[in-house]
Amino acid sequence: MSKRKLDKRMDSVFKAVGLAVTLFGLLVLAALLIDVVMDGYQRISWDFFTSYPSRKPEQAGILSAWVGTLWIMLTTALLAIPLGVGSGIYLEEYARRNKLTDFIEINIANLAGVPSVIYGILGLGLFIRLMHLDRSVLAGGLILALLILPVIILTTREALRAVPSSIREASYALGATQWQTIRHQVLPAGFGNILTGIILAMSRAIGETAPLITIGALTYIPFLPANPVAFSPESPYIHLSAQGFLDPFTVLPIQIFNWVSRPQKGFLTDAAAGIIVLLTITLLMNGAAIFLRYKNQKRW
Amino acid sequence: MLKRNRIVKFKEMLIEKLLLCCSLLSVFTTAAIIYVLLSESVGFFKEVRIIDFLTDTQWTPLFTNKHFGILPLLCGTLLTTLIAIGVAVPVGLISAIYLSEYATVKMRHITKPLLEILAAVPTVVYGYFALLFVTPLLKKFIPGLSGFNALSAGLVMGIMIIPLVSSLSEDAMHAVPMGLREGAYALGSHKIQVAFKIVFPAALSGITAAVILAVSRAIGETMIVAIAAGQQPKFTLNPLVPIETITAYIVQISLGDTPHGTLEYQTIFVCGTTLFILTFALNVISFKLKRRFQEIYE
Repeated sequence: MSKRKLDKRMDSVFKAVGLAVTLFGLLVLAALLIDVVMDGYQRISWDFFTSYPSRKPEQAGILSAWVGTLWIMLTTALLAIPLGVGSGIYLEEYARRNKLTDFIEINIANLAGVPSVIYGILGLGLFIRLMHLDRSVLAGGLILALLILPVIILTTREALRAVPSSIREASYALGATQWQTIRHQVLPAGFGNILTGIILAMSRAIGETAPLITIGALTYIPFLPANPVAFSPESPYIHLSAQGFLDPFTVLPIQIFNWVSRPQKGFLTDAAAGIIVLLTITLLMNGAAIFLRYKNQKRW
Repeated sequence: MLKRNRIVKFKEMLIEKLLLCCSLLSVFTTAAIIYVLLSESVGFFKEVRIIDFLTDTQWTPLFTNKHFGILPLLCGTLLTTLIAIGVAVPVGLISAIYLSEYATVKMRHITKPLLEILAAVPTVVYGYFALLFVTPLLKKFIPGLSGFNALSAGLVMGIMIIPLVSSLSEDAMHAVPMGLREGAYALGSHKIQVAFKIVFPAALSGITAAVILAVSRAIGETMIVAIAAGQQPKFTLNPLVPIETITAYIVQISLGDTPHGTLEYQTIFVCGTTLFILTFALNVISFKLKRRFQEIYE
């Protein structure tokens, strides 16, 4: 066979191999999804969502876990979104090229690569020992907020960079100040892409387990954080309370981990059912992010 | 008018300073991580000699006969990382070459986001999958396999980091200028020669950066190994028996109620420090390589 022919054959061989290898990852993903659904679908019921964890696998549910996840996500979002977007705006719109900016940028790049369990250790030393926040919703939210901050900063910067400078210049030409320009022109223009980054970061935070285990987030929580809003028949009718932020919590991934590490078979079924719920949330968020990114592929 | 101007100016300055503070939070976080890790580790090394920590081949802080040698945990970490890299690098690189050089634009647009989902699946889910799907499956082929082992944890971890390798390497290959490819085609090259002899070497520093980042991610991965690899710190490279990684140990000891100030409690921070140094060094190398790569082509 001539060299040319051999090369041509190699070409089509690699094309097939490349496709097969690329699809391999997706195949494993499919196996994982099917395996989990087969294992856990029979436990998915209304009771599963409205029951507390229990010593009997058939009665155990994820009420405290999903409510806890909601609390933690709320806290994380309240902390990480303003801080992350603010930081991204500063670095992209205000920062001058100097040593300080360089130093901040290197820090962020590095923090993005720090293993999540280290954030848990940071939380243990800083929020639990030093600030005495105990194993509260606030401590968990703070840790996850710090964890996803680099992601939000980096995507915010990318989103702002994609906004053409002509928009800024037009705004300045009309007499707007820098902040007015950012607030009314640049941010709205980059909003879609920033939102995509936030959704992806939050979907990562929902699945995080290790950093919350490190601060000793208890696994058996048969109660919910205090309700933030309570109603009463007498004046003032509505009571607002922040007590919930200081209450202990559990979250879905921790509940799943707890069930996986039990020897009884029934708990493994509970774990699979919990995973179905967790995966549904994660995949929906990722799907929304992909859709948003696709929709926002604006050419200026 | 003048007064109003001054107020506006003041407000602008205030906003800028406020946003600067947001950015400085990252510097503060890094400093806090280093402070927390070091302050507790210092106490540990007052009790345990560094030389014992680095050379003792036993790690038994929870037994009565206490040994504090990090080697078994390092060994476990190395083992799972090697297995994971053994999966993620070949698969990720071949996918990257395929997606960058062979696949149609439409194919790339569909496959890339789907592959990214692999990285989005929570790690606790992968742990479940490794323990209850991959291990039983492997047992059919390897009868001597333990219920907890480094092999399935490593394999599943490798699948998790495929997208990291493939998408970063693809970006690197994508950045190779078209002119290089066209030059090779003009000399009569086939696509496979262009892909392996032109694009791959030209993107090598970017690809290396991706692989190093993948190693760092594998070292720091926690839940898969905590669930599926076992909790027995062993100085072995046998992938079929239960082992323990640095991260899995941190989880194990966090689950118990270890009182503050004891040596056991401090081991969390010593392990954290070891982990931080390892991943930090790798991240810096990767960052530098990537920057150098960008300088060449931009």
